[in-house]
Amino acid sequence: MIDSSKTGIPAILENLKHYLPSQAPLKDFIHHNTLHAFQHDSFHEGITKANEIFGYKVYLEIDEYRQAYATGKISPAVLTHIINENVAEDQRSFYNDLLIHGNISSSPMKRIGTVRANWKKTYKVDMDSRVHPSLFRLISSYIDQGISTWNFPVHENGFLASIRSLEENSYSSFFQSKRAKQLLKDPSTTLEQLLHLLLGDEDLVEHYLFDQQFAHPGWSGMVAVLEENPSHLLNLKSVSFTDFVFLECLFEIDVLDDVFGEKWEPMSTFLSKLPTPLFAPLKQTQEQLVFKIWQEAYEWSYYDSVCSSLLQSVHTEKKINLENLSFQAFFCMDDRECSIRRHIEAVNPHCETFGTPGHFNLEFFYQPEGGKFHTKCCPVPAQPFVLIKEVQNNIKKKKDFHFSERNQGLFGGVIMTTIAGWISPFRLALNIIRPTISPLTSSSMKHMDPHSKLVFEGDGLQIENGLQLGFTIEQMTDRLEGLLKSVGLTSHFASIIYMIGHGSTSVNNTHYAGYDCGACSGRPGSVNARLIALIGNHPEVRKRLRERGIDIPFSTRFIGALHDTSRDEITYFDTDQLAVSTLKLHESYEKDFLAAFDYNSKERSRRFMSIQTKDQLASVHSKVKRRTVSLFEPRPELNHATNALAIVGRRAITRSVFLDRRSFLNSYDYRIDPNGDFLAGILNAVAPVAGGINLEYYFSRVDNQQLGAGSKLPHNVVGLIGVTNGIEGDLRTGLPYQMIEVHDPIRLLILVEHDPAVVFSAISRNPATFNWFKEKWVHLIVINSSDNQLYRFENEAFEIYQPHVKLVQEKSITEELFEMTSENISPFIIES
Amino acid sequence: MMMENSILFLLGIPLIGFVLTYFIPKTKEYTIATIVKLVAGSNFVIALFFSINWLIAGSKTIHLKQLTVLKSGTYNFYLDFMADRLSIVYLLFGTLLILLIAIFSQRYLHREEGYKRFFSIFQFFAFGYLLILFSGNFETMFIGWEILGISSFLLIAFYRTRYLPVKNAVKVFSIYRIGDVGLILAMWLSHHLWGHNIAFSELSNVKSLHAVLVNHSTEAFLIGGFIMLTASVKSALFPFSSWLPRAMEGPTPSTAIFYGSLSVHIGAFLLIRTTSYWEDQIFVRLMIVAIGLITLIFANFSARVQSSIKSQIGYASIAQIGIIFIEIAAGFETIALIHITANAFYRTYQLLISPSSVTYKIREQFYHYEQKHQTMEASLPTKVANTFYSLAVREWNLDSNMYRYLWIPLKKIGVALHFLSIRRIAYVIVPFFTLGLILLATHAHLPKWVLQFVPIVFAFIGLLMVLKSFTERRNVMTSWFLVIFNQAFVVLAIAYNEHLSLFELITFSSGTLVAGVIGFSCLWRLKKIEKNVSMDQFQGHVYEHPKITLVFLIACLGVAGFPITPTFIGEDLLFSHIGEEQFILAGLAALSFVIDGIALIRIYSRIFLGPHVKNYHEVAKRSS
Repeated sequence: MIDSSKTGIPAILENLKHYLPSQAPLKDFIHHNTLHAFQHDSFHEGITKANEIFGYKVYLEIDEYRQAYATGKISPAVLTHIINENVAEDQRSFYNDLLIHGNISSSPMKRIGTVRANWKKTYKVDMDSRVHPSLFRLISSYIDQGISTWNFPVHENGFLASIRSLEENSYSSFFQSKRAKQLLKDPSTTLEQLLHLLLGDEDLVEHYLFDQQFAHPGWSGMVAVLEENPSHLLNLKSVSFTDFVFLECLFEIDVLDDVFGEKWEPMSTFLSKLPTPLFAPLKQTQEQLVFKIWQEAYEWSYYDSVCSSLLQSVHTEKKINLENLSFQAFFCMDDRECSIRRHIEAVNPHCETFGTPGHFNLEFFYQPEGGKFHTKCCPVPAQPFVLIKEVQNNIKKKKDFHFSERNQGLFGGVIMTTIAGWISPFRLALNIIRPTISPLTSSSMKHMDPHSKLVFEGDGLQIENGLQLGFTIEQMTDRLEGLLKSVGLTSHFASIIYMIGHGSTSVNNTHYAGYDCGACSGRPGSVNARLIALIGNHPEVRKRLRERGIDIPFSTRFIGALHDTSRDEITYFDTDQLAVSTLKLHESYEKDFLAAFDYNSKERSRRFMSIQTKDQLASVHSKVKRRTVSLFEPRPELNHATNALAIVGRRAITRSVFLDRRSFLNSYDYRIDPNGDFLAGILNAVAPVAGGINLEYYFSRVDNQQLGAGSKLPHNVVGLIGVTNGIEGDLRTGLPYQMIEVHDPIRLLILVEHDPAVVFSAISRNPATFNWFKEKWVHLIVINSSDNQLYRFENEAFEIYQPHVKLVQEKSITEELFEMTSENISPFIIES
Repeated sequence: MMMENSILFLLGIPLIGFVLTYFIPKTKEYTIATIVKLVAGSNFVIALFFSINWLIAGSKTIHLKQLTVLKSGTYNFYLDFMADRLSIVYLLFGTLLILLIAIFSQRYLHREEGYKRFFSIFQFFAFGYLLILFSGNFETMFIGWEILGISSFLLIAFYRTRYLPVKNAVKVFSIYRIGDVGLILAMWLSHHLWGHNIAFSELSNVKSLHAVLVNHSTEAFLIGGFIMLTASVKSALFPFSSWLPRAMEGPTPSTAIFYGSLSVHIGAFLLIRTTSYWEDQIFVRLMIVAIGLITLIFANFSARVQSSIKSQIGYASIAQIGIIFIEIAAGFETIALIHITANAFYRTYQLLISPSSVTYKIREQFYHYEQKHQTMEASLPTKVANTFYSLAVREWNLDSNMYRYLWIPLKKIGVALHFLSIRRIAYVIVPFFTLGLILLATHAHLPKWVLQFVPIVFAFIGLLMVLKSFTERRNVMTSWFLVIFNQAFVVLAIAYNEHLSLFELITFSSGTLVAGVIGFSCLWRLKKIEKNVSMDQFQGHVYEHPKITLVFLIACLGVAGFPITPTFIGEDLLFSHIGEEQFILAGLAALSFVIDGIALIRIYSRIFLGPHVKNYHEVAKRSS
């Protein structure tokens, strides 16, 4: 990440950018590890640093752990075990007391902000309250993607050049002091010069710049992200982080000049004692260890019950009869699909389900008909070279006059207001009484018209905008082969194979992109699912697959579909192409899906206070649907909240374990991958993607004020790229309170089914992936397929793990189970 | 009679709801919401029947008998209620919106910290709003006005553990306070004009009104001016507009209903209600038109350049209110009422759906993006266009100028008084005050010019006290006592003027004294627990001491003369003792009153609100 060739201020800025939140504009919102900058340290060490340097809260409050202990969520056996692992024998009872009722003092004072605080101490100047408003206004007006009607007069040379030209060609100025205006006017002014004026000492620069930028990490991070990746903006604006810092320093000089004339002294003249350097080593404290132990105990109390359930399930593995298969269905590995797979298997015991990243091994850009841009439909880091176009889209795009630009104008405004104003209360009343999908809704179905056509086959020679139009037969074959082998489906094909992507429907939801498929860059997975089915049905592809040893029978048809995770609805694609016999079969399975979705919505409803879970299935489901289009419902679904596990292995070992929507499930069959080649590929994706989601939830939960976005209720949309509180604040990054409140902040436990040695070789192929496991940003346990034991990855080696819980209950899944509690349900073995 | 009782019902129901809500535990979301929905629902139904009845009865102005609260000599403080077309229009759209928002918020605020607090303030606000609508005289209206002010403050600072909401709440409250002075002075002049507190309905007697106004043209003009000032403040007209977008800190539904519709249109209500005062004065009318016009132009530009959705809606709404003011001044009351209602509905809904703008506009852009976008400003010369653009982005410096030209000078005076420690004050001021009392006892023997001069001196000292209190950064007790000293000096000053009866003195001081002692003990207790309680930065003690916070807030309101203690009436009473020619004294007393309120809210905010000083839990960044 860090470019070591730079020195001086550029190097400092480069380093600084690394620590800033790297959250893309709202439309491209994707989960990632909020504290990615600390990832080269081990988890506890890294987050403790983040706490001391930046003042982030990185664990739950001490009382929350104690509460969890009191209610049995943290098991005493596990706690003792963790204390024993971390503390020398003679100190164990001391720590035990300290943990359970000792007096734990507040966190230390953060280091960030201590240098810049001297303006206020010595000069009594509140820099932030004078600089921030102008700075935020300028940058947001400049980047604005379409809220303002009269746009910033942008200069082709970027942000600073635009401000310079705006200032030069204007009778009024953002600056008060002559000197600041002069410094801006002169294009040879450097950031170094400004910092010299402010500080007078180079040694202060690093700490000062960190202080300055971390007073508003939201905007700084956004600028850094957009500089790195301008394609996040449809309405292109070029920004540079250096320009942004330059402008802020200039504003600071302006403020001081305004108060004191040009007679003030730089900071180094009155700063007698330097504060602790930002990155100086930390002192070890008792408190750090206390929180570490509590957190580990909190995590392992849950993992332990999962482990013993899995062990039990492995021993009593239930095989499904492959000769008697009804259908097969691919879902996204997403934790939200964890329960729907369980329900569909319960409704139709002869079906087989698989989990895989929701882009279905297809990487491409997609351009809907009439679209002026194309969107990426694959994981964010991938760089696709293929363009897929949609034709014959018949969806009409409706408008809403409440967003009309005419509502501000003079005469337009009067007419618009007086006429539209009389309709507004009816609209509002209607949405309160009978909410429906409207132009305001972010609907999973708007991504692609199910009745349109996709242009997906090409000869590889047609190029548009630098992208190849469509996949060639060979490319299609490669991708389908890769997909099938990675999940372990190379024989025993059912007559219908569903490829089910997912998306979400919500309204009044600025973070809608985070509700769609992360593997599709925050878009619904409809195009990918439909496309993989089209590829699977392509005779030429089938022929080549057969040559490669995968023989899909002629009678097998792939059907693409989209699962709407908030509404629990499904849409199938291209069913009009099916032969009559297949269609009949499909129609009978459709009923199974409908039933499964009813159960799924019932299961989800136990977390929704506004729905009586005890009601009739159909009524619960219709209420679940209703809340997705209600303007006043801030929780259309709970998204990834409660995620805690990722299991990479055959469905056979998880099929009989109740995991309560808490697990990512990636299908993988160790038997056809003895060297772990596919496994390496899977883990390269699972660790950062599922791990990133998990850590974003973790940090947004433990410090919702600084690492999360706070309550979404007061949010104000800025420039269509971010949200602030009110109109003056910094951009809020991370997840809003409504998304994380039911989440238990524990790290992701990845369970892999294979031989430990093979897993070791698979994870050590990519240093970045290895780092995730080594530094414990995710936990790793291997279910050894040869001796049916569990092996925990600890200190870069595998050691046997014996669960404390010896016997897990066997229960059957009934509707009452979901009516009992709105809390997490511990894992158990499903009776069949 | 039934009609008159309906008014009492309409006012009483939200008040009962407010009180009831207090006794419900905060975790009982469903019960709280049910009460609020019942209150809002029955109010809307009553409002509908009331309006229909009113229409059938011939659309005449309804007048509810006066309710005397305090009578002393010629002074008579009475509550008075009325209803006419104006009240009914506001009543209908107000109660409808309140009902819709109540239902909306029930779910929207689910599990929000402060669920109960929100609905309490919500009902209190509704009560204040309705009180203004039905008020039959200035005094009654002023009670509603104060309720609106304080509940606005509490709603803006709803997220009380963050910095910006608290800062902006104090800011908005301060600007509102300027409007309050306008109303107080208008009341004062009006009192002198007629020799007693007058009901709005009496103004309809055109002949006598006209005669009085013609004979007192200066007073009449000033009353018009003060009303206009108050109306412009409340409706966020030029030059006060910058408070409106800054008030948008609370949960979106409260922003939508209060700052999108009810609060901002109350200024227009006041203007229409007091038409008789200014309609014959061409100059006042022209001024209203001018302000409306300036507002319209500048708010329109501001709206066009805003890059955040809520401030865009805010300024678009202000531009419409500018037009509404012009309509009112031109005498097109019916058109104005239609316009007001539509604007209220429109902006409320726009704000409610504002989070959807991302989905909607990004999709629009995806399908309809065009590189160059011709706007009307393209026809202007570049330099002129740029000037307008950059001014509009800065909101025409309205916010910074308010700070620069209003608060900074006041603060400078306060800072100049820094040498005044609480001990010095005690040493110097107490003897001085005693001297004043002694002089007062013997004032019959003083020459006349001294008698004219002395009240001003005392009022001025009182003002200095409160300015010092307003800028105190260290000792919270100093700040607290200075506010109380201020009131003592103002009373003393007015006592020189005319003989105050003991009864009147008790009326005024009882509230202040009791509230003063309560407030003091809150601070004392807090200091005992927390040791270091400084005014230098926001302390956020509400996090650990919500009970002390609530009691202290009530104490602040008591000292500030909020209508919960007799001090409120005492204030009006005091003003009635200021002669109509004593503009300086009235000015000083009014200024004291304004800064008093701000100083108290400042103490409350700095000690109890904002990011908490302790960091064992999540603490918000200062930039949020």
